[in-house]
Amino acid sequence: MCLAIPGKIIEISPDNPDSALVDVVSVRRRVDLGLLQDDRPKPGDWVLIHVGFAMSKISEQDANDQMQTLRMLGETEAALQEVKGYGLEEENGSEAASS
Amino acid sequence: MKFVDEFRAPELITRTSEEIRRLVDPARHYRFMEVCGGHTHAIYRFGLKDLLPDNVELIHGPGCPVCVLPMGRIDDGLALSQQDNVIFAAFGDMMRVPGTHGSPLEYKARGMDVRIVYSPSDALKLARANPDKHVMFFAIGFETTAPSTALTLMRARAEGIRNFSVFCNHVTIIPAIRAILDSPDMRLDAFIGPGHVSTVIGCRPYEWIAKEERKPIVISGFEPLDMLQSIVMLLRQLQTREAKVENQYKRVVPWEGNRAALKAMAEVFQLRPYFEWRGLGFISQSALRIRDAYAEWDSERRFDVPGVRVTDPKAAQCGEVLKGVLKPHQCKLFGRECTPEHPIGALMVSSEGSCAAYYNYEHRKTAAATMLSQTA
Amino acid sequence: MAHGAGGKASRRLVEGLFAPLLCADSTGPLTDAAQLSIEGTRFAITTDSFVVKPLRFPGGSIGELAVNGTVNDLAVSGARAEVMAVTYVLEAGLPTEVLEAEVRAMAAAAQRAGVRIVSGDTKVVEHGKADGMYVTTTGIGSMIRGLKIDARSVRPGDKVLLSGPIGDHGITILLSRGELDLEAELCSDTRPVLPLVEALAAAAGPGIRWMRDPTRGGVATSLNELACDCGLGIVIDEEKIPIHDAVRGACELLGLDPLHIANEGQFLAVIAPEYSDAALNALNLLPGGEDARMIGTVCEQPAGAVLAATSYGGSRIVDMLVGDPLPRIC
Repeated sequence: MCLAIPGKIIEISPDNPDSALVDVVSVRRRVDLGLLQDDRPKPGDWVLIHVGFAMSKISEQDANDQMQTLRMLGETEAALQEVKGYGLEEENGSEAASS
Repeated sequence: MKFVDEFRAPELITRTSEEIRRLVDPARHYRFMEVCGGHTHAIYRFGLKDLLPDNVELIHGPGCPVCVLPMGRIDDGLALSQQDNVIFAAFGDMMRVPGTHGSPLEYKARGMDVRIVYSPSDALKLARANPDKHVMFFAIGFETTAPSTALTLMRARAEGIRNFSVFCNHVTIIPAIRAILDSPDMRLDAFIGPGHVSTVIGCRPYEWIAKEERKPIVISGFEPLDMLQSIVMLLRQLQTREAKVENQYKRVVPWEGNRAALKAMAEVFQLRPYFEWRGLGFISQSALRIRDAYAEWDSERRFDVPGVRVTDPKAAQCGEVLKGVLKPHQCKLFGRECTPEHPIGALMVSSEGSCAAYYNYEHRKTAAATMLSQTA
Repeated sequence: MAHGAGGKASRRLVEGLFAPLLCADSTGPLTDAAQLSIEGTRFAITTDSFVVKPLRFPGGSIGELAVNGTVNDLAVSGARAEVMAVTYVLEAGLPTEVLEAEVRAMAAAAQRAGVRIVSGDTKVVEHGKADGMYVTTTGIGSMIRGLKIDARSVRPGDKVLLSGPIGDHGITILLSRGELDLEAELCSDTRPVLPLVEALAAAAGPGIRWMRDPTRGGVATSLNELACDCGLGIVIDEEKIPIHDAVRGACELLGLDPLHIANEGQFLAVIAPEYSDAALNALNLLPGGEDARMIGTVCEQPAGAVLAATSYGGSRIVDMLVGDPLPRIC
C-alpha cells in the first residue's frame, strides 16, 4: 500500500512523454508518468514513485516549510517562557515571578 | 537521500518528541490508530514507540492489503495459474502468503511459473515477451496502487495485448475505517491517516471522520519526523477539542487528490457490491472489480474461478489483531504455531502486517533502552 | 527452497539434521571451517558450494566467488588458505567458452589469493538442471599464528568491526537478473579478505574473539548467529554502517533491508575494547580497508538478539533472514 519513495527525473523519453528515467540515490529506473498527465513533471523535478509509477510531484517549498515549522518547535515554547518571566501576567491575584 | 534524510534529523526528532511530552495530559490515555500498514512498518523500523510517552498508544489498523485478503482469494489466484502456459505474476509481498495448499513460492518450487514483479507494467512486459503464454497479474493494494493497475489495463487494451489479465483484489480504505469505527470493541481518540493512499484520493474523503465521528485525523508521511509531527498535530486538536482533517504530508499530498489517477480508476474499475475482508467480514462497496469494457483482461472472466471460501483456523485471531482489538502477542498462536517461518495468517507474512512487524522488530526487546545508555 | 538462503531455515537444517547425524561427537558451536590436528600440526578445512544466477555479473563470476568464498571461510576461521579441491557440476549443453571463462577466472582468482587448486572433478547432468553450472570446493588452510576464534570468548563491552560497505554483491546479482529493470553503477564486492585478516591479526591478534563472513543472509544473519552462540546481545548503530549509494537506493526502492543482503568480500570481527583502535587503524590503512568501521558493541541485553539503535533514541530488533529477501511494494 505504502512503499513510495522520492526520485529525481533525469530525462523524459524522446519517443514517449509518459515514460521518464528517474534517479533514486544513483539507481535508475524507467517510471511511468501516466498519472501525472495533468501536471507533467520536467527533468530536475522530484516525484514520488510507487510500483514504477509517479504518483505526485514533490514540492520542495512545502518540504522546506515543514522543516521550518519543526525547527520552530520548542523555540516558540522558549519564547513564551521568556515572556512569562517578564512578569506581564498576574496569576491568582499574586505577582508572577520576575526573571 | 533527499526528501528522506532531512526527515530523520536527530535534533528535530528530539525536539518534536519533547513537544509531544509537553502536549500530553498525564491524566489521559491516548489511543491513536494508524490505518496504513506502511505506518505500522515505519513505527517499528524507526523504533518510534521508544520516543513516545507511555500514555500515547499506537494501535495498528487494517490498512495492509495483503493481510486483509481472505485465503480463498489466494487459492483462486493460484488455481487459475495452474493451467498450462500461464505465468503467475505478483509483487514480492504476495510470494510467501499461505494459501490452503501452499504459498506462491511453494507452488513455484513445485514447478508453476511464478514471477516477482515490481510494477504492473513489468507484468505487461512479460506478456509482450512471452506471446505463447498467458500472464496473470495478481493485483493487490488500496487506492495507492489501483491507478497503476488501471493504467496498465488501458495500455494493454490500446496495444491489443490479449495474453494478459488481471486478478483484481484492490480494496478501498474508507469502508475499512468505517468498519473500525462501527466496531463495538474499539475506542479510539484519533487517526493517523494514510499518506500515500491520499496522494490519489486527497483529503476530502476523510471529512466524515471529523464531522460525524468527531475524531481528529492527520494525513501523515512515513518518515520519523512526519509521524511525530502528525502526533503533535493530533494532540493539539485534542487539547483544543477540535476535530478536523489536517494534511501533514503537504509536500506530496494534494488536498484534492490526483484527478488523472481517479479518472483512470473510474475508467477501468467499478465497485463490487460487497467483498470479504479477512477479519472484518463482508463489507459493501469496499473493493474494485474490472468493468465490462475490459472484461477480456479480467482473469475472473477469462478463466473459471473456484470461488471457494476458506475460513481461518479457529485459533487464529487475525481478525481481532487487524481491527486493533488485540495486540499481536495476545493472539494465542503468536510466536508458537504462527511465526514468519511458518505463518498461519497473512499478518505474519506481510512486511507491514502487525504480527510480522512485532515479531521481527520488537518481541525480544527487553531492557534494551537502559542498556543503550551504557554503551559507548 | 528457503533452506539455502542462509538464514533461519539453513541453520535449522544444519543444526537439526546434518550436525546430529554427521558430527555427533564434536562439541562447540558451528563454525565456517573445522579445525583438525594431523601429527601435531593444526589445519582448518572448509567446504562450500556455489550456486549463482547469472553466472557472470559485474565484478566477477561463479569462478571468483568459489575461490574467494573458500579463502574467506578459512580466513574468518583464523586460517590461511593453502590448497583447494574443486568439483564442477555442469549442465549438458553449457557452451565450452562459458566453462573455459570460469576456469580461467578461478585460476586468476586463485593466484591472486595465493591458494593452489590441487584437485578436481567434473560431472555432467541433463539439460535443465544445474543452472549452467554449480561449483563445490574444499579448502585446507594453515592456522594464522596468534588467532583464537571462539564465540564463547566474546564478552560484554567487546566491539563489532565491519570491514567495508554492505550489500554490493546481493544487489548486483538482483539487478543482473534483469527482472526489475533497475540500473546502477554497482559491482560485486567479491575479493579475498585474507590480507585484511592477516593485518588485523598482526595489529590486534590477542584481542580478536570471533570473525565471520556475512554471505547469504547478510550482516543480520551473522550477528544473530553470534548472539545465539555467545548468549549475549549485539547492539549496532545503523548510521555507522558503510553502504554505497546505489545499494541504499535499490533497497529503498524495493523495500529491502541492507542488513539482509549477501556480501562476498567483507567480514565481521569482534574485538576486545583495548585492541579496537589498533584493529580499526590497521584496516583503514590498507587498500580495500578504508571503509572499515566499528559498528556496534556486545552487551548483556538483549541476550541472544541483535538490536539496531538510531541516533535519536529509537531502536529495533534485527532478526535473521527468513527465506530470500523479497522486494515489496507495501
